[in-house]
Amino acid sequence: MTTLPLTSPAADVDAIRRLIARHKTWDWLFGLLGVFALMFAMLVFAMLFGQMLKNGLPHLSWDFFTSFPSRRAASAGILSAWVGTVLVMLVTALVAVPLGVGAGIYLEEYAPKNLLTDIIEINVTNLAGVPSIIYGLLALGLFVYQFGLGQSIAAAGLTLALLILPVVIVATREAIRTIPQNIREGAYACGATKWQVVSHHVIPYSLPGIMTGVIIGLARAIGETAPIITIGALTFIAFLPPSPFGNPDQLISFDWLTAPFTVMPIQMFNWISRPEEAFQANAAAAGLVLVVMTLSMNAVAIWIRYHFRKKIKW
Amino acid sequence: MNRLPGKTVFSSVTFLTALCFTPSLLAAPPVVKVDGSSTVFPITEAVAEEFQKARKGAVNVTVGISGTGGGFKKFCRGETDLANASRPISKKEMEECARRGVRYYEMPIAYDALTVMVNPQNTFIKSMTAAELKKIWEPAAQGKINSWKDVNPAWPDQKIKLYGAGSDSGTFDYFTEAIVGKAKSSRGDFTASEDDNVLVQGISGDKGALGYFGFAYYIENQKKLKAVAIDGGKGPVAPTPENVDNGTYQPLSRPIFIYVSEKSLDKPEIRDFIDFYMKNAPQLVKEVKYIPLPAKAYAGNLEHLAKKKLGTVFGGQNEVGLTIEQLMKREAQL
Repeated sequence: MTTLPLTSPAADVDAIRRLIARHKTWDWLFGLLGVFALMFAMLVFAMLFGQMLKNGLPHLSWDFFTSFPSRRAASAGILSAWVGTVLVMLVTALVAVPLGVGAGIYLEEYAPKNLLTDIIEINVTNLAGVPSIIYGLLALGLFVYQFGLGQSIAAAGLTLALLILPVVIVATREAIRTIPQNIREGAYACGATKWQVVSHHVIPYSLPGIMTGVIIGLARAIGETAPIITIGALTFIAFLPPSPFGNPDQLISFDWLTAPFTVMPIQMFNWISRPEEAFQANAAAAGLVLVVMTLSMNAVAIWIRYHFRKKIKW
Repeated sequence: MNRLPGKTVFSSVTFLTALCFTPSLLAAPPVVKVDGSSTVFPITEAVAEEFQKARKGAVNVTVGISGTGGGFKKFCRGETDLANASRPISKKEMEECARRGVRYYEMPIAYDALTVMVNPQNTFIKSMTAAELKKIWEPAAQGKINSWKDVNPAWPDQKIKLYGAGSDSGTFDYFTEAIVGKAKSSRGDFTASEDDNVLVQGISGDKGALGYFGFAYYIENQKKLKAVAIDGGKGPVAPTPENVDNGTYQPLSRPIFIYVSEKSLDKPEIRDFIDFYMKNAPQLVKEVKYIPLPAKAYAGNLEHLAKKKLGTVFGGQNEVGLTIEQLMKREAQL
């Protein structure tokens, strides 16, 4: 601004006004660009979703959820697929959450800052970007053959847990970092131990952030096909895993963990590649269910964040 | 002050521990495991569906799609009872099975006719000779054969757009073997897809298109495509079930198979499944738009079982243009 001529005050004001106007144009242009980018993404999604709605909605019925796959498009359903997806997600969550949150808390609260933790940090972040099929190959060797889990729900759940572990760890750490340092110091001043600080303050306060990360991770895992196919999920399966209840010898039976399974994306893919056109409607309907599943998981994440944040007062 | 509820922590830890030890006490119904080719999948799926219905859930069947090669890998490892295969077992796969002590029966279950298609607006093509197809598809054609006129001077100077099976599929292997003369030898500048619906879309939207894929996809999309009669040396023959059945649609019709593990046949449910398969195949094969073999071929498969004729009749080598009668006359070998 020092280069502005200082001779006449009127010219001065003019020059400044022109400068401001020019910058305002840029402001406006960038806003427009942003709107275009947003509209493009929204329109593409809206069009895809609309198409799916149009093709799939007429096919959605109670029977669609309670029927097994079939070679006849009209009577084919997604029972084994959605049950498989829910069970795999359950295993994934039960494994990924304790491991991921634990690792995140350790790295943030306990780990000393040295070269080793730096290397671990970089690797965790990098792991989040590894293509999912690589996890599938790793899991095929490790879980399916080495651990002898076979092509089971347990193997699939563990695979997807590995896949979302970096996401959970990163989300946990981000959430913990938002807690003000003086809360910890206050607790220490009252004589709290490290574990007391973590369990009374750090975990409860970071819970909304952690939950959001977990659910976003699960929402990614639910649509994964490549690693699940790699470990050998099936395409036609017209029976359900054994129920965890109803066994006289055990309160809860875990036989379902070793059962063969299929998941929603695989069922969809199979229907899309069929010669009969009627199956395209089935695929659209299944896609609709999958999208609704994912969106409702995201909705839960938003609700949790909102609900828990309200309770935190510091 | 918020606290982590101790009870929740405790119960989730117990649950996780329990996850690690999963005793299997419940007697679940026996499972027939099938994996392999996506071409054979619709047939085995139809049989599996009817079989489960007929046995009222006393036996379960699973069918996977790992491709013919992937299916044989699992089969030779002893992980599956049956392998779906759109080509005969290869030399390498035979050795692998032998190494692991897996012995098997080879059962042809249907014909598939590879169908060559053009756009319905294409008026000048009614039939093509195998030699003309070779001229288009051989590796040397790349960059040279770009218009229909380059193939046959009687055809117009219209750009030719090619669509074909992905290089991992048994369809690609068979087509190249039958037309070019060597498996996997093809020009590279064509639209390749493992998903035949993509090829249907491509050919139906492109006036100068030529492509090939399995018969079932043609039948379901007859309005959008025009099938080309193939002249293998004895005049043009259209791809119809009759012409495949009487052996005149050559060289593009091929038998497809299931392989059954000898060890699995000790289990009564597998034996039951195979009997059911052979008895119901003629009707179910037709229903899923493949071409059934003559009835005696299915009876022959069961006879091989009874007489313990193990192995393959191909000796690890795929062959083009075999009829089912010729196949049945051969002796199977491991």
